[in-house]
Formats: sequence, C-alpha cells, structure tokens
Amino acid sequence: MQVTSSVREPLITGGKTLKDVTHDISRQVEGKPSIGWILGLLVSLGALGLGGLALAATLWEGIGMWGLNKTVGWAWDITNFVWWVGIGHAGTLISAVLLLFRQKWRMAINRAAEAMTIFAVICAAMFPVIHMGRPWVGAYWALPLPNTWGSLWVNFNSPLLWDVFAISTYFSVSLVFWYIGLIPDFATIRDRATGIRKSIYGALAFGWDGAAKTWSRYESVALILAGLATPLVLSVHTIVSFDFATSVIPGWHTTIFPPYFVAGAIFSGFAMVLTLMIITRKLFKLEDYITIGHIELMNIVIIITGSIVGIAYITEFFIAWYSGVAAEQYAFVNRAFGPYWWAYWSMMTCNVISPQLFWFKKIRTSIVLTFILSLVVNIGMWFERFVIIVTSLHRDFLPSSWAMFYPTWADVGVYLFTFGLFFTLFLLFAKFFPVINMAEVKSIVKSSSEKVTK
Amino acid sequence: MERDKNFILGVYEDEDVLLDAITKVRKSGVKIHEVYSPFPVHGIDDVLGYKRSKLPIAAFLFGILGTSLALLMQFYMMKFDWPMIIGGKDFAGFPVFVPVTFELTVLLAAFGMVGVFFVSSNLKPWGQARIFDLRITDDKHVMAIDLAVNNSMEEESLEEVLKSSGASEVNKKSFE
Repeated sequence: MQVTSSVREPLITGGKTLKDVTHDISRQVEGKPSIGWILGLLVSLGALGLGGLALAATLWEGIGMWGLNKTVGWAWDITNFVWWVGIGHAGTLISAVLLLFRQKWRMAINRAAEAMTIFAVICAAMFPVIHMGRPWVGAYWALPLPNTWGSLWVNFNSPLLWDVFAISTYFSVSLVFWYIGLIPDFATIRDRATGIRKSIYGALAFGWDGAAKTWSRYESVALILAGLATPLVLSVHTIVSFDFATSVIPGWHTTIFPPYFVAGAIFSGFAMVLTLMIITRKLFKLEDYITIGHIELMNIVIIITGSIVGIAYITEFFIAWYSGVAAEQYAFVNRAFGPYWWAYWSMMTCNVISPQLFWFKKIRTSIVLTFILSLVVNIGMWFERFVIIVTSLHRDFLPSSWAMFYPTWADVGVYLFTFGLFFTLFLLFAKFFPVINMAEVKSIVKSSSEKVTK
Repeated sequence: MERDKNFILGVYEDEDVLLDAITKVRKSGVKIHEVYSPFPVHGIDDVLGYKRSKLPIAAFLFGILGTSLALLMQFYMMKFDWPMIIGGKDFAGFPVFVPVTFELTVLLAAFGMVGVFFVSSNLKPWGQARIFDLRITDDKHVMAIDLAVNNSMEEESLEEVLKSSGASEVNKKSFE
C-alpha cells in the first residue's frame, strides 16, 4: 500500500526516479572534480601546511610554544577540543536519534553529517593528545596498558581518563555506523564502474549483493547501532563536561554542565552541518535532495538547542548568585564584566540572540541568512568554550596569581591545522564517496518525492 | 544440473508489485532462492517467510561481556593490582567506574554485533558478490529462482509464474 501525504512538503523535489537518484549522487564520484572543489582542496591543504608548521614547532619545542601560563593551564587547546567534539555530535544525532524517531528528513543529510562527525572527532582528539606534551608516549598514559616505567595503571578516578574511553568509543562506533551505511552505495558505484575503480569500490563494497536477507539484517544492525549510539551521544559530551564539573574551580563546578554541554554540542553540530550542507548542495547540485525544507528543519533544531543553551547561561548566573558562595559569584560577575567581557558578550550575542532570529520563517528559509547565522553560531560556541575555560582559570583563588591568557602564533597555527585537516578530509570524502545515502533516499522516493505528493 | 548455478530471474520495477509477486510465486509452489533490491523493502521478510534476526541477542551478549570486562578490569587494577589512594578517594568506588563501564559496554556490543552481521551475511573486504543483475544496485528488484531446487517444474512454467506475478522481464543467469 502506498501512503502519500498531501500536507507534508516533499523530501525529494524535481520528480526524481530511482535511476535519477543513482545518477545524481554518483555523478560527483564518477566525474572529474569541479574547479570549486579543486580550489577548496588547495585552500584546505594550504591551511594544513601552514598549521602543520605550528604543530611541528609545538611537538619539537613542547607546549611552552603556546600562550599558557601557571594560572591559565588550559586555554585554546581544550577550547578547541571541546568545540570540535561538540561539532561532531550533530552527525550521530542525525543518524541515530532521528533514525529512532523515524524522521525521514535525516536521509539526505545523514551521510555527510556522519562524515563530519568522524573528521571533527579526529580534530578534537588531537588536542588532548598534543597537550600531554609528549604524545608519542601518550598511549601509555592514556590507555590501561601494563608498563614498567612508573605508576602501573591509569587512574580510573579521573574524568580525563573517562574522556579517553568516551571519545575513542564514540569515534569507533560512529566510524562503523558510517561505514555500514556506505556499503550498499559502494556496491552501486562498483556496479557502474570499470577498471581500477571497479576493483577499489568492489573492495570497499565488501561483496554486497542486495539480498533481502542481508537487507533485513542490515536494518536490524542500523536500528541497534542507533539505539547504542543515542545514549553515546549524550554520554560523550556529558563526560567531556565532567572534565570541568568534577573539579572545584568556581565557574566549572556545576551540576548543570552535562545537559548544557550536550545541548551546546548539538547546537554547534547542527550549525556546522548547515554550513557544510549549504556549500555541498550548491557545489554538487544536490538542491533536489537537500531542500529548503531540510534546511528549515535543521534551523528549528538550532532554535530549540540555542534556547536550551541560553536558558543554561541564565540559570548558571542565577545559581551562582543563589549559592551565596562569594568565589562562585565573583567568577560569574568577572565573566560578564571582567577583562574577558568581550568574549562573554560575543558568546551571548552569537548563541542566545542570533538563533532566535530563526523564529521568522523568512529567515529560516533563506539560504544566505542561514549560512551566515550558522557561522555566527559556530563562532559563538567557540567563545562559549573559551569563556568557560579561560575566564574560570585566569582569576585564581589567590589574587597574586591572577593572570591573562594571550594566544601565540602556535596556538593559532594548531587551530588552523585542524581546520585544514577537517576540510581536506571532508572534501576528499565528498569527491570519492557518495555524499547522500542513495539506498535510503531510494526507499522514500515512492512516498516522499514531489512526483507522488503532487 | 547442479544446485545454485542456473537461475531464472524475474525483474520488478516497483516494491509493492514485488511484495505481491513474492506471495503469488510462493503460493504457486515455487521455491524462491532470494530477492535482491536496491534498498530495504519493508515487510519483505514476512512475505519471504524469514525468521527474525538474532542480531539483537548477539548485541546484548556482547554488551554484557563489555560490562563484565570493564568492571573486572577496573576493580582488578584499582583495588588489587596497584591500590593507590588518589585525591583521598576510595581504592575502588563503584560510581567512578560507571563511565568507563558504559563506554566499553557500548563498544563491545556495537563491534560484536557488527562482526556477527559481517560473518553471517558473508560480507568482507574484497568479498566477491554474485551479481544476478547489475541493475539491482540501481533501480530494479530481482527475484531469483534456482532451477535445480525447482526441478519438478518446467522452465517455461516457471517463467510463466514470474510473468503473471508482474515481472517486467524474465531473464536467465548461469554461474560457473
């Protein structure tokens, strides 16, 4: 029985058939790279190279290259770490949570969002590794491996260690989830290709034959993985927030951190998905699959998560006052009116005020305004991490050790390196892998395309 | 005639026609080898008479394994092998073990289940698929009927069953 809706917007426009879906999405993989793609790759590789110098300098000289001091022992490194991990969250949210909620609009964007997750987590994981100072022995410090050099085991009391487990589990489960989704599409490309490309995509397709039995198991796997990944989404940023919340630093020691970090992560993640999707749909001519409807729905998620984040900021302030603890009260007054007031107010403007503009339908359905606001949200979320980390640290319990943090060229360079890495990986993905999950989109052609809803 | 070598293929354009066709073909006494589709067709397991997958059980068992390993590892390391008081905390307080235990449960459940899926579906890197029709991964559904299994029926009557069930084409395919 065919069910079509006359009230819902179609998810696929342009009257596409199954063959069109294969053709439109494989086109990018099979054709020559466009000028836009080549230019993008060159810029990303440039950032990777320039940033690589700063990374090399940091590894060679040590993290004294960064602007850290005795008072501010964490700054851009952990800011960037938390920011990148947060960006990763939208991918898993789209592929796992929205799958469980049977939101079909996720189908056009899940593949790219999951890729974004993986690349963002790679960028994120770099920072804690480098900031250990000697990353080449990092495995011994971070993983429970038997060794004969000193303290024999890692400390399971430490939230920093929980992070190691959380991030590595998150990364590997997301990778598997992503790859399983890619297998049927690799088979599609394999069956269209010839020569060396046939062998490469054949190897990647794992011998997929499209049998009903395999599809049935595949669907069970996807559903269970989604069930496993959903609490994982919540746990990862919750655990990241424990890095702060379990400490006794005023401004960090708060129970609101876990949900507030998760909301912030989804908020920034969706902003990055929008940034990437708006470019991708234009560059690869996928406007019929990633429609204004998709963009509008993502903007609605931004309104919701942005509002949660806004309420969290206000609640934090209220609780600081209500607690009656002078150090806590000072930490918050200092955030808003101290030397880093500009960072605090940038955060408030970008994260609390700007997403509220999406209440206007004209704004949330405008590609240009959405693109600008998605960048604004990403900037705002970076400031949020910076404000939490640096403003809480720079005013110590002892006024004699109060200090400021100034980034050095190496701080900026390492951050630039991760941008180069992220966009290089994303562009390579977009060229050589199908950016949209063809098999899933094909399954809704009959129920949600413009052809049938008309 | 050997089993699993010579097939008659019914090609279908539409998933609803396919679902209907599977029921018709099975009713006429023909044993279906397998049905191939470019995307998951809901309800196809029921009409083909497939049992529910046991993958959830695999995931659960691997999850339990993850939980046990994580707890054993942490208690052994912190309480017995190298007990150390850090920050005045207990050697082995259960609450601090929760995050790592959760993560390892999820990790093992996911990897174990996916491993079982790959093995049971015969999917592996460089795995070679038997391609019945190149259009299966594009836009066509294909019902494959093994001639050897249905050797009581004539080829012509099998073709007739497929055609009358709504197949847009009926082809033959042999594998070496």
